[in-house]
Amino acid sequence: MSKFSALTLLKGALTGYKNVEPQWPDAELKSEYDVIIVGAGGHGLGAAYYLAKEHGITNVAVIDKGWLGGGNTGRNTTIIRSNYLYDESARLYDHAVDLWDGLSQELNYNVMFSQRGVMMLAHNVHDVQSFKRHIHANRLNGVDNVWLTPEQAKEKCPPLNISPTARYPVMGAAFQQRAGTARHDAVAWGYARAAAARGVDIIQNCPVLSIERGPNGAVAGLQTPRGFVKAKKIAVSAAGGTSVVMDTAGVRLPLESYPLQALVSEPVKPIFPQVVMSNTVHAYISQSDKGELVIGSGTDQYVSYSQRGGLPLIEHTIASICEVFPIFRRMRMLRKWGGVVDVTPDRSPILGKTPVQGLYLNCGWGTGGFKATPGSAHVFAHTIAKDEPHPINAPFTLSRFETGRLIDEAAAAAVAH
Amino acid sequence: MLLIDCPYCKEKLPELEFEYAGQAHIARPEHPAEQSDAEWRDYLFIRSNVRGDHAEQWRHTHGCGRYFNAVRNTVSDKFIATYEIGQPRPTVTKEGEERDEQLES
Repeated sequence: MSKFSALTLLKGALTGYKNVEPQWPDAELKSEYDVIIVGAGGHGLGAAYYLAKEHGITNVAVIDKGWLGGGNTGRNTTIIRSNYLYDESARLYDHAVDLWDGLSQELNYNVMFSQRGVMMLAHNVHDVQSFKRHIHANRLNGVDNVWLTPEQAKEKCPPLNISPTARYPVMGAAFQQRAGTARHDAVAWGYARAAAARGVDIIQNCPVLSIERGPNGAVAGLQTPRGFVKAKKIAVSAAGGTSVVMDTAGVRLPLESYPLQALVSEPVKPIFPQVVMSNTVHAYISQSDKGELVIGSGTDQYVSYSQRGGLPLIEHTIASICEVFPIFRRMRMLRKWGGVVDVTPDRSPILGKTPVQGLYLNCGWGTGGFKATPGSAHVFAHTIAKDEPHPINAPFTLSRFETGRLIDEAAAAAVAH
Repeated sequence: MLLIDCPYCKEKLPELEFEYAGQAHIARPEHPAEQSDAEWRDYLFIRSNVRGDHAEQWRHTHGCGRYFNAVRNTVSDKFIATYEIGQPRPTVTKEGEERDEQLES
């Protein structure tokens, strides 16, 4: 596989990109692997990459029922930030931001990481107090986050309506400069390319029928339509489908799968410099490099695997955006879609070992898994390779729902749910 | 927009009038003090999260205000049956589609 450089790009441009080669081979499923990762999204492919690169484990397959990056990796609104309240979360998400920085160079693939900043609007006294608490907690944890007055917010983001007579007046904002966006497809492609180059097999369109366990209770392998595959270790990183896959291994989980929707507008010239979120009116917005406004909000209210969601939520989201940004009232929306997100009771992920020997779990990221992709993949690979969690993901156990040591970011964090 | 048949109002109404209220038929332990941590975990947090027919609670918030149960397919989002609180889950399996048409007529 050839390396990308300024020279290869120039050569490609001059020759009309006629000789583009496949970036990874379509691998055949072997009969046995050291590690099989279920789910070829950013988290799964990333874990395979770090297993190969940092732990020297290359007899690895990443298996997916659909196409690579076609689940939540390709369906999110690409926002990256780490301004979480609790120490455990701040460490986990900030580890990811550290890895995002330099990921394009590391993978030799442009993931278009843009640290344009994320602004969270405060619309009432409670928001102001809560966001200031977040800012102080973040700064104690070494996570950058500053308070902006309405005027400073407007200066950074001119389309913002800060009129005191607005229905949702802006009383200030929390702003994380290191936060931003990345090209979500490129993250999956970049990890797939780099992992495949190190010998990882990527198996697409191959659903997992069941996880099989041996007589001693440990994992034995996977049943698939292409036959049984033996595996020493199985790592499930299947987002919304996790409960269904884990049920076959006899592990029941504290997860519920909800549709999370997003939509984009027609493309326009650059007008929106940051990512702006408002938890109170329940919507967030940014502009892609293509020029589309990318808009999202919380999950639909009912559990579903439909990857679709209902229109009432979209209507609510758009109504909120039009109140805060009246300038966008006449924009036309191009398309909307949904992903299935697996939500835990405390809105923090489960990232670690399971009661089954050789079975590892990365799930429960709810509405915010994309931002954590490199950090999560990195510590998940460590957990799989060493059979013990990395210090960063050690608190995110499955057993916390039994011990009561929850990481309750649900109400306290600046998270749009 | 989902159309939901409230078993109390006996009327099919738009989703906007209703609120989802989680998995149905989860009984609160009769002797809380005797529950182990694992049993509390199962009661509080573990959910079936099925891909298929799911028994769940809804509330007709902007109508009669009462809670009721429903069986809905979580892949198609189609309601298969709605029934009053306290009643057992109806046995609908492959006949789900037919049952739904009956409700519509």
